[in-house]
Amino acid sequence: MFKTCLVTLGLTAAFAAQVVHATEIAVTYLRAEQIAPPVLSNLHPDPDDLGIAGAQVGLQDNATTGAFLGQTYTLTVTSVEPGGDVLGAARAALAASPFLVLDAPADTISAIAALPDAADAILFNAKAPDPVLRGTECHANLLHTIASTSMRTDALMQVLVNKRWTDIAAIAGTHETDLAYFNALDRSARKFGLKLGEPKTWAFDADMRRAASVEVPLFTQDLGDYDVLLVADEIGDFGEYILYNTWRPRPVAGSVGLSPRTWSPALEQWGAVQLQGRFRDVAGRDMLSEDYAAWIAVRSIGEAVTRTGSGEAAVLRDYMLSDKFRLDGFKGRPLSYRNWNGQLRQPMPVVHPRALVAITPLDGFLHRVNELDTLGMDEPESDCTAFAE
Amino acid sequence: MKTSLTALAIILTAVPSMAAEIWVTNEKDDTISVIDVDSLEVTRTIPTGERPRGIIFSHDYSVVYICASDSDAVQVMDPETGKILHDLPSGEDPEQFVLHPDNRHLYIANEDDAITTVVDTQTRKVVAQISVGVEPEGMAVSPDGKVAITTSETTNMAHWIDTSTQKLFANTLVDSRPRHAEFVKDGAEMWVSSEIGGTITVFDASTQAEKGKIEFEVQGVHPDRVQPVGFEFTNGDTHAFVALGPSNHVAVVNADTYEVEDYILVGRRVWHMAFSPDKSLLFTTNGVSGDVTVIDVAAREAIKSIKVGRFPWGAALRP
Repeated sequence: MFKTCLVTLGLTAAFAAQVVHATEIAVTYLRAEQIAPPVLSNLHPDPDDLGIAGAQVGLQDNATTGAFLGQTYTLTVTSVEPGGDVLGAARAALAASPFLVLDAPADTISAIAALPDAADAILFNAKAPDPVLRGTECHANLLHTIASTSMRTDALMQVLVNKRWTDIAAIAGTHETDLAYFNALDRSARKFGLKLGEPKTWAFDADMRRAASVEVPLFTQDLGDYDVLLVADEIGDFGEYILYNTWRPRPVAGSVGLSPRTWSPALEQWGAVQLQGRFRDVAGRDMLSEDYAAWIAVRSIGEAVTRTGSGEAAVLRDYMLSDKFRLDGFKGRPLSYRNWNGQLRQPMPVVHPRALVAITPLDGFLHRVNELDTLGMDEPESDCTAFAE
Repeated sequence: MKTSLTALAIILTAVPSMAAEIWVTNEKDDTISVIDVDSLEVTRTIPTGERPRGIIFSHDYSVVYICASDSDAVQVMDPETGKILHDLPSGEDPEQFVLHPDNRHLYIANEDDAITTVVDTQTRKVVAQISVGVEPEGMAVSPDGKVAITTSETTNMAHWIDTSTQKLFANTLVDSRPRHAEFVKDGAEMWVSSEIGGTITVFDASTQAEKGKIEFEVQGVHPDRVQPVGFEFTNGDTHAFVALGPSNHVAVVNADTYEVEDYILVGRRVWHMAFSPDKSLLFTTNGVSGDVTVIDVAAREAIKSIKVGRFPWGAALRP
């Protein structure tokens, strides 16, 4: 049903001069395996250990620090096959430890968070970008380390405004995540004073590896003139074939081209090159957004344990949601959690595959409290009430 | 022809010994820019290994040590000729280091390996490797040479090393991402800057207890972007000049009251700094703008910016 493996990193604390208490922190990484939809390009499948490798690096980082403080950390990875009993696996994990990193679709994450067993737990959503999980379906025991779709689209719109690429055309796929992404783009455009028309729908089933150079110019010919072409192709189906094949020579942004991400292998500033190096040593590949989300979830626990000297979930949750929590996430600013919906507040890189183009929030996008809250759902517009009490 | 060539050679060799110099490592140009303290001009550009960061002169200024991070080596250079004499074993990815008062042992932070390496510069051998926290960076040694410090950026600690045993005897938490450490007031205090935490923690060096915390507030700059990195002390250790990273300011801190007295606007993403011999001028490295700001210390004003290479990082005085 599900595979479980345990990684223990209990380094000896022989040189710990300031031992707090012997604290053992067990974290479970719970994955509900998902079947990827079919796509035109088969060149870039998700790595098998996507997310998991990030949690493992986070565990190592915590364990090294813990060795000086008499704290040990363990990571259990549980992966449930498609159709398997995810809730059963979650209950089993919660019986052992209140700290869970979740790699699952939004509805599964919401169901786990609603389990009575999870009432006093701290769950991290390291996978699902769905705004609804941060809105009407938020849970007080659920924090989100992966950026929401709206954080990403807000980041992209800031860059477009900044570059004055304000005349925008759009193409969207037909998958529900494509449409959700387009809706987020549309909302972000309005938020920053831009306008998106109706997207042109990509519903072709031709094999673009043969015919992209013929199909795409014709497909984009009737878009008229525009500054930038947005592509909503979140499943990675056709987007790569749009680049350099448009009728007009115009930049492409969104799911492909100039792209907003939680994390990118192209980040090197703010010490990021060290994290990329540590990750590559463990995983033998580049660090992706899901890896980063899992890494920073595990690091959040470690940072809260280090600062409070406690292993109690309630103490750690209070600390993580307080003003005192200032986590270094290698993005140039301290990271913290929004105490109205549990989303990790973080700068968003907007990248192309080989380099950073801009890190948002950009200068000039002001906020009365924290500029990072110009990205994603802000407190006044939040539908989440679970954090109010 | 012959006489004019000789004359030229005399001028060339004479230049380096004319005045004090500030040596600046350019992280993304793999070079050192040498600034003449009198003319405030770059007089030489010297190639180094890959990604040079930390830079220190030996106490007699006969050699200069350079952390060539991506070459995984500490390079030893003849400052007269700019020639690399040899490499020292340094462990992987050396970033910052400090030279022990014995003028012989280098304590090197190996950023990728969570290790501090101690190297004997005479035998060119590694004397000890000490396990520290994740991403060690800041290095300091007490004036009496008995204690060395490594700060670790992800573990968020200052690690206290007994130099007689090369073992840790204390580990003290500081705020997020500690970058730089210095002993001051004849070793009575030890200061650590925390880049993401936005503070400097002051320790009583004899007890390793926290004695004070310095916070910064730059008008018109969000607190998240006020990120202390390098700092240096004026004559008599009365004031500290603190580089505040992407806030593009240097703070002037009263070292007795721990109050910030002034903020000076400099170039973009200010990292580290070095004083002129009489400490009347301060030279700051500005990573993003690729220049060095010259500050008049008494007036607390920036008086000039000097273009150097790409991403200037470390700075050291050659009197």
